[in-house]
Amino acid sequence: MTTAPLRLALVGAPNTGKTTLFNSLTGSRQKVANYPGVTVERKSGSFVTPDGHSVTVLDLPGTYSLRGRSPDEEITRDIVLGRFPGEAVPDLVLCVADATNLRLTLRLVLELKRVGRPMMLVLNMIDIAKRRGVTIDLDRLSQELGLPIVTSVAVRKGGIDELLRRTDEFLSRADETATGNQWTAPTIGDLKAAQREADRIIAASVTLPAKPDTLTARIDAVVLHPIGGLAILALILFVMFQAVFSWAQPAMEFLSDSFSVLGQLIRDVLPEGLLQSFLQNGVISGVGSVIVFLPQIIIIFLFILLLEDFGYMARAAFLMDRIMGGAGLHGRAFIPLLSSFACAIPGIMATRVIDNRRDRLTTILIAPLMTCSARIPVYTLIISAFVPAKTLWGWVNLQGLVMFGLYAAGITSALTVSAIAKFFLWRDHAPAPFMLELPDYKLPRLRSIAIGVFTRARMFLYRAGTTILSMMVLIWFLASFPTAPAGAEGPAINYSFAAMIGHALEPLLAPIGFNWQIAVALIPGMAAREVAVAALGTVYSIEGGKEAADQIGQVLAQKWGLATALSLLVWYIFAPQCASTLAVIRRETGSAKWMVFTFVYMLALAYVASLLTFNLARALGIS
Amino acid sequence: MTGDPTSPQDIRLGDAARGFVGKIRRLDALQTGSGSSLSAQELEQRLVEMGFVEGARVEILHEGAIRRDPIAVRVDSATIALRRSEAMAVIVE
Repeated sequence: MTTAPLRLALVGAPNTGKTTLFNSLTGSRQKVANYPGVTVERKSGSFVTPDGHSVTVLDLPGTYSLRGRSPDEEITRDIVLGRFPGEAVPDLVLCVADATNLRLTLRLVLELKRVGRPMMLVLNMIDIAKRRGVTIDLDRLSQELGLPIVTSVAVRKGGIDELLRRTDEFLSRADETATGNQWTAPTIGDLKAAQREADRIIAASVTLPAKPDTLTARIDAVVLHPIGGLAILALILFVMFQAVFSWAQPAMEFLSDSFSVLGQLIRDVLPEGLLQSFLQNGVISGVGSVIVFLPQIIIIFLFILLLEDFGYMARAAFLMDRIMGGAGLHGRAFIPLLSSFACAIPGIMATRVIDNRRDRLTTILIAPLMTCSARIPVYTLIISAFVPAKTLWGWVNLQGLVMFGLYAAGITSALTVSAIAKFFLWRDHAPAPFMLELPDYKLPRLRSIAIGVFTRARMFLYRAGTTILSMMVLIWFLASFPTAPAGAEGPAINYSFAAMIGHALEPLLAPIGFNWQIAVALIPGMAAREVAVAALGTVYSIEGGKEAADQIGQVLAQKWGLATALSLLVWYIFAPQCASTLAVIRRETGSAKWMVFTFVYMLALAYVASLLTFNLARALGIS
Repeated sequence: MTGDPTSPQDIRLGDAARGFVGKIRRLDALQTGSGSSLSAQELEQRLVEMGFVEGARVEILHEGAIRRDPIAVRVDSATIALRRSEAMAVIVE
């Protein structure tokens, strides 16, 4: 017996409950990272068997075959074959199958057998199969396949006991050695032959009930109705948005207040000076301004994971595929883009549900154009200062109409950019096909969902603690140094690098109607969009407090022309004013190239749009 | 089932209406000549991987709102969503 942990790999078709099984095995002892050089998520974890052996588990991307049609599937293939650099070949392959739907997995099992690694078949969701009257002759199936079989109910406590026991048995048997690898990429003839063999084995060992499951069919009759289905989708989204904006509000206010109190505490305890300013303005308010989005991120992922576990996500993709397809987007891009209305960061993180790399990249590129909640404070400030609260045609609020226009402009531009990207970047590439399984509905399991939400939240906080913190420190540095000379008038920021950059940028920004104060405010606004509001306050030397926002509005209304205000609004639709989003893009695409690309294209878009707005407004006599 | 591959009763799954029930005769991505972007061979392989093999029972359960596309097809024990352009490669009877 060796002391090194046993390396276990979970392989299986999508929707077989592989991830739920992974969560049951490892609990919160999970690590999510990326495989080097690719955008594929590497999920690993560990557990200890009843006999005290430690085991590491790798949850490999779901696949229907080892052909490797996508980067995810290539990783599954290469790891199983022991070809992936830096990953050891697994000691034991656990092939996970949905006991209620063995057809597609059994073909994969037959293919995996040819690889020759020690393998075990896990019949997951055996409880659902039994309830539906599916009887499986385990001995016969095991004999036909020549593999040990374990049944499991990954969602229930104790449902994986047998799997743990069999893992111990495997460890105590020394004779289980790998046979030679006979796997070659299957031809279509091989695939068909394997499917026929799988169908034969199923016919010999599985008895299906006379009456198939009708609950899924009944739900689908409503949920996938061409008109009714879209209405239900809209309703689900409405509830999701309500939740994101209203349920998260108390928690966000609490976090925001806590950070203010913490900042105030630092201010009271520490002597005035650099350290105080660094901790209060750089670290606490900087990181705090990002962490306040944690409640929204948790709620969005809670919804996404619930819908995914329930089986609805594939249906949403089905309903939206044709509608999104017009703009060159995949049906699966729908939810990530929607999440981006709250914040582009979880939206970009959620693009992991899109298998195809090009579709995923397009979605990531346009996600920041969706109007995120951090733009709302800026929009509100400028709209309330410059747009009169008039009522049009008896019922339309003019301010609300402008707000709606800004949202619509964001969506329209995102779809346009996607269509352009499809035409220019991916012209030589064929669009990915849309072919996905609509799994039977299942009740979501709270424990598995909780682990998923926890993992996402931890990733977000980790990033807030590393990349985002360093960005904040940089921005604080620019806004604080050099310090104001003794006896200087006006706010200290006017003497800083930020002001110098602001003055230097002024000639560039003058054509779009921005003065140097705006340029200065845009620099801390890179930390988080809404910080620009506070920064404008600082530049125009308005002291904080609850009424500050109103005061800033009044000052701006005196100092800026309407053309400038409109130009800034348009700037905010497009400008890449968010360091955290850029950092996430870098991380999710695995390269700085796409981060730079996003920054440049959005900046260009913002500049051109603001230039047009400003000059058009002046030409129309608004100034 | 007749052995004649060009039987006039051949229907392409991509042309079938909702409610259609039939059996797969063969896959033929070469002659689809339609919107699908995959090579004929790749399209056929993917269809086989999703369970579209000769003899499997298919039923069109649902269709999308725009041009009745995509479609949700019951293939033996699983439900698969796909675009009509890709379903053109599935010859049913």
